[in-house]
Amino acid sequence: MSTEIADRDATIVAPEQASPDASRRGAPVHHRDFVEKVAGTLPYADDWGFPGMLHGVVVRAQLPSARIVAIDTSAARAVPGVRAVLTAADVPHNGIHDEASGLGVDAIQQPVLAADRVRYDGEPVAVIAAETPGAALEAAGLVDVEYEELPGVFDPEEALRDDAPAIHAGGNRYVDWRSSIGDVDAAMRSADLVVEETYRSQRVDHAYLEPEAGIGWIDSDGVLTLRVSTQVIEHAREIAEILKLPHSRVRVIASYMGGGFGGKEDMTIEPFLALLVWRTRRPVRMVWTRQESLLARYKRHPFTMRYRTGVRRDGTIVAQDVRIVGDAGAYPLLSSRVLFAATVNATGPYRVQDARVESTAVFTNNVPTSAFRGFGAMQVVFGYESQMDRIAELLGLDPAEVRRRNFVQRGDLRVTGEPIDTGVGVGECMERVLAELGPPSRPSGPHSRIGRGFACSMQPYGRSVFFADRASAWIGLEQDGTMVIRAGVTDLGAGQAASLANIAGEILGVTVDRTSVHIGDSALTPLTGGTFATRQLYMSGNAVLKVARSLRSKLEPVAAALLECEPAQLSFEDNRVSVGDRSLTMAEVAQAAEHQGVMPYVHETFEAETGEFDRETGRGRSFPDYTHGAHAAEVEVDESTGQVRVLKYVACHDVGRAISMQRVEGQIQGAVAQGVGYALSEDVELVDGVPSSTLFAEYLIPSSVDLPDIRAIGLELHPGKGPLGARGIGEPPIGPSAPALASAIQDAVGVRLQRLPMTPERLLDALQAARGASGSVAS
Amino acid sequence: MSKHEIALEVNGRPVSATVDPNMSLLELLRTEAGGLEVKLGCGEGVCGTCTVLLDGEPVNSCLTFAVQVDGRAVTTVRGLAAEGELHPLQEAFLTHAGSQCGFCTPGMLLTAKWYLDRHPRADREELRSALSGNFCRCTGYTKILDAIEAYRDARQEVSVVD
Repeated sequence: MSTEIADRDATIVAPEQASPDASRRGAPVHHRDFVEKVAGTLPYADDWGFPGMLHGVVVRAQLPSARIVAIDTSAARAVPGVRAVLTAADVPHNGIHDEASGLGVDAIQQPVLAADRVRYDGEPVAVIAAETPGAALEAAGLVDVEYEELPGVFDPEEALRDDAPAIHAGGNRYVDWRSSIGDVDAAMRSADLVVEETYRSQRVDHAYLEPEAGIGWIDSDGVLTLRVSTQVIEHAREIAEILKLPHSRVRVIASYMGGGFGGKEDMTIEPFLALLVWRTRRPVRMVWTRQESLLARYKRHPFTMRYRTGVRRDGTIVAQDVRIVGDAGAYPLLSSRVLFAATVNATGPYRVQDARVESTAVFTNNVPTSAFRGFGAMQVVFGYESQMDRIAELLGLDPAEVRRRNFVQRGDLRVTGEPIDTGVGVGECMERVLAELGPPSRPSGPHSRIGRGFACSMQPYGRSVFFADRASAWIGLEQDGTMVIRAGVTDLGAGQAASLANIAGEILGVTVDRTSVHIGDSALTPLTGGTFATRQLYMSGNAVLKVARSLRSKLEPVAAALLECEPAQLSFEDNRVSVGDRSLTMAEVAQAAEHQGVMPYVHETFEAETGEFDRETGRGRSFPDYTHGAHAAEVEVDESTGQVRVLKYVACHDVGRAISMQRVEGQIQGAVAQGVGYALSEDVELVDGVPSSTLFAEYLIPSSVDLPDIRAIGLELHPGKGPLGARGIGEPPIGPSAPALASAIQDAVGVRLQRLPMTPERLLDALQAARGASGSVAS
Repeated sequence: MSKHEIALEVNGRPVSATVDPNMSLLELLRTEAGGLEVKLGCGEGVCGTCTVLLDGEPVNSCLTFAVQVDGRAVTTVRGLAAEGELHPLQEAFLTHAGSQCGFCTPGMLLTAKWYLDRHPRADREELRSALSGNFCRCTGYTKILDAIEAYRDARQEVSVVD
């Protein structure tokens, strides 16, 4: 593998110094999809159509907890143009199987269409296909469902009580995780100070600008084919199970996504579309509305995190005891895995000799929660970083110094008992962001206060090692020397396809303009696994690197014979293979190879490192590696309104090696924008399971005026486990924003918020409470 | 519902259609005028994804009725440059990675072009305000502003040389 690059000194290295060719790699690479995007010509999932296609809609429950007594579809069927009205009884196998944890948590099947019971507001109960969208919508309004309302439970703590209404047969406690190292109780007793605080995060929507969409048809080979906006083409297998078809009879093609962020990791429209296509034998298109997406699409888990931390007077952590409760909503989805990630990351980038982390995912009658950029490991950043600041405050120490005294290093053990086996650059990142904020801004008005804060984080990349993750790829040369890459990766807009062209090009010397990357087709591209868990650069990137090297070693003897040199003397660059001043075009090499029966293509599989994890003891190997970073922010708080403006923002991550520094910066900046929205404004508010609004106007994602320029710094400090030493960067930068801003707000106005989002109302309440408290002390 | 005959120009080409009174300009463009580059983001006029220029002014095409555009000229992102070519602003988005998933890009480009045409020397903060009605969920806006500023500067250099 490619990680045998010598670790650099743990000093701060500017990107341009860190690798001599960084500027070349950072140069804009105009991969085809980006050209089409700015031209407006890239087809997204909603941009394909067929003559004679039908239009599908989902009929959704309008209450969060009920028994379905009867469904009468006769009026809906009578609408002219309606071709199918399907309910649970029409689904061949009405259960989405998912044992997501990989560690034997009991699987609970989620129905495709609710059969006898509704468990959340917006749950699908029927699907309709009609000749026009209007007819489908009219019919949807005529599906008559008779409900018997049942008591619901909406608060995770209440859901854990013995007398709470059970949402599933096994009760509401879905999964518990527990990891510990050392003797936390004894260590806690030995501490000079024990700091106990509780932090709360909220339910968040992905708010990708492209709503869930796609089209399905039965192709000329008889295969049920879906072209959808999805992160995971491997769902083809689940769709086949639902329809009781052989896996080989279902094909999923992923279009370029208009954003995903984890929200298109579980299936969206696929099972509904598949049912309608299979039943009508007609092409069917389905697009969810924004309001439907806000109502019923799976969200980020709200967490309640109780941290008890024992420290010495000098700020050294001696014991860390964490308890996390996550609201899974009505169905399991990926909750077991999200809470697992939360558990093993809850102690952050700090040494823990004696620690215990426990977590529980709880069923409620709220909209289900599942994957979202950061995946459990981002919520806990608000917990452990707020806790570090609180420790510094109580001990009268510099918060940066408290962190310096506790940062993990390579070789240290995590709470799971596993060692960290790559270099840790979190300290360098922290020093860098603290130095980068520049001179403080001046307040803009008499009620305005300026404050600064920072936060550090670690976030895994790659799937948990016990999944024994694999990714395959195929690379071939055409007779004219152009290159074809086939890999089942899906592209979220982060340049997943473009990166593969860059990596293969670096080995084979074929330029991006002479490369075609075929991605995301479960029938025709070797499977890589989905685009999630910040795994694609690690997995498909390593797969493509492995295949490219293998193809190069196949071509080298052919070229060496023609150029009369040793294979090791050859260089592959700019579509030529050369030695000294003699060279061949890639076309000549490809033709010569084929002529000799050396076929110029290779298919291979990259296997990630594997390991075992014991669910009972909570010990073993969890994630392959981590990306570390630190953010610093300056805010202005208006004490009269509670309004927070972010004035400056610096984010720095150790990316090991950047395949494209520009795309690294883009990932950091975009994640920060989402992190700021999560910190200050975004909240899917439910009242007894029912959203207070499903308007996009009420869901406040940051606009251009809500953010300052985000200074993104990618350091190439410690090689990671991705191709050429890269570390994943898709998810890591979303975690630190909330605690960095909480810290900045505290610096500005003296109050610390422990609940997200930190809205003007909450901040005003806290300011008033603080004034009241200090007033009573004074009197 | 009575149908209406309308005629308009889309990127300089005549388009005529018979439409329901409640049809949106967005639906008209996507279904009758081959305008798949105009994207639906929210349908509430909030996100700006569906922005087009109507007689040179940006509108949310999801909230504009098709019947309102009878006799008027619509510009979509494909009207910025000749077929097969890129406008320098589009080039700047490419060079500066102002586009990630690309879904907001058509609307973003049109708003930026409109604003700079009227305010050729707009500074970064003015540009930031001008984009406030066009949401982007991927980039954090920083590289979008870098791209627009680069285009502004390049254009000013050209006009100085002229």
